[in-house]
Amino acid sequence: MDLMEKNMELIEVQKLEGHTDRVWNAAWNPVSPILASCSGDNTVRIWEQSSLSRSWSCKTVLEETHTRTVRSCSWSPSGKLLATASFDGTTAIWEDLGDEFECISTLEGHENEVKSVSWNASGSYLATCSRDKSVWIWEVLGGNEYDCASVLNGHTQDVKMVLWHPTMDVLFSCSYDNTIKVWWSEDDDGDYQCVQTLDESTNGHSSTVWAISFNAAGDKMVTCSDDLTLKIWRADISMMHSGEGYAPWTHVCTLSGYHDRTIFSTHWSSDDIIASGAGDDAIGLFVESKQHDSVNGPSFNLLLKKEKAHEMDINSVQWSPSKENMLLASASDDGMVKIWQLETIP
Amino acid sequence: MVSGLINENPTVYERKERRVRTDSSNNDEYSVEPIDQLEIFDILLLQLHHIRDIRDPEHPYSLEQLKVLTEDSVEVDDGKSYVRVTFTPTVEHCSMATIIGLSVRVKLMRSLPSRYKIDIRVAPGSHATEAALNKQLNDKERVAAALENPNLVEMVDECLSPSFE
Repeated sequence: MDLMEKNMELIEVQKLEGHTDRVWNAAWNPVSPILASCSGDNTVRIWEQSSLSRSWSCKTVLEETHTRTVRSCSWSPSGKLLATASFDGTTAIWEDLGDEFECISTLEGHENEVKSVSWNASGSYLATCSRDKSVWIWEVLGGNEYDCASVLNGHTQDVKMVLWHPTMDVLFSCSYDNTIKVWWSEDDDGDYQCVQTLDESTNGHSSTVWAISFNAAGDKMVTCSDDLTLKIWRADISMMHSGEGYAPWTHVCTLSGYHDRTIFSTHWSSDDIIASGAGDDAIGLFVESKQHDSVNGPSFNLLLKKEKAHEMDINSVQWSPSKENMLLASASDDGMVKIWQLETIP
Repeated sequence: MVSGLINENPTVYERKERRVRTDSSNNDEYSVEPIDQLEIFDILLLQLHHIRDIRDPEHPYSLEQLKVLTEDSVEVDDGKSYVRVTFTPTVEHCSMATIIGLSVRVKLMRSLPSRYKIDIRVAPGSHATEAALNKQLNDKERVAAALENPNLVEMVDECLSPSFE
């Protein structure tokens, strides 16, 4: 599908109102038409799509658990559990019981604000990160038990986001120290080490890195930063799959000049459209250029820029995993969550 | 908290005469005037309704009197909904620079329309760890977390409370 040859538009499907403070993050449930959002109002809202009317409404509010801002939320691969990371220093695990959600566990240990939480592909591990500069790996045991498996030190500043690779148990983190770190347990014995640091010397970012996202295959990655750029990276992961050892990530290209304020979020869709959300209130969509330049390698072009997508900073953009349609969720400082549809204009 | 004052003998400048704004040409109550430099300076230092004088955390004098903030400190483009405030801490190693910067941001956040993008920085050459300070003052997430800290909020509110005259 060559999107660049068509006229595409991002149409606002619905505006979800309810949060009483900025919304930091939105996360689609991997298996059902459910969206979770979390906010500076200390709550998490669960939005569900009606199968009849197709419209979204707030099914439940998870409150009275976190005592401070809920910064990010992440569904387990099964879709049954939701992890929420908070400035109160804890990460809560919620179970969807149908009518309501129950907080089944609280992960404590970080010294201050937890910024991000991520489940690995099999749902056997969780990772969290914090302003305390550390990344924690938690093992998911039976009976609602979670055990701290590892505390990873290495970042020299506040860690903004953690993300497990989509197919391998390799962990990525990005930070206020301007770097992206890759953590791997070579002998698969749970002993994770930092095997790579992507910094300015390796064509990395020159300011805080806010987010990371992988393509479906897991051989490409996009990162976004306070330096106003998005960077694309690649790795020869077949090497890792065949047990030949660690395959390092290398810089492919840098997308600059599209946003003039901090880019807080980026997400790579399953059909290869990269979305970005920034402090300029705009959403950017990018696709890989058809023209394969063997000298300079792959390049990416702007598909479209949706200006004033929100009235204030956009903190999160997330593509829906649903194969049916190209739905995008965005969360903003204006307290709104918006659902968009990428459509071709006739 | 700090027991002794860091800057015991600040240089105090004379306060500028407040310019009276006369806008006789505009009689329409509902017209919206673009926000300009003077208005933001007023917001920072003067207005009753908003904050009059942001007090220097260590001294009862206002930040204007200490030349921490002057009219030139404010760069504004109302059309672009953008403002940048540059402030000069009173002592090179002023440890209160974070509180001042945070207070200025809070004051502007409370006073300006939500469409505004706000950048705060220390005047180039005025602080030992300028780059680090600027980065912290402009990291939205750090600012949000700081403003959830009751101790910090108390210090900021003290800084922003109206001065006695």
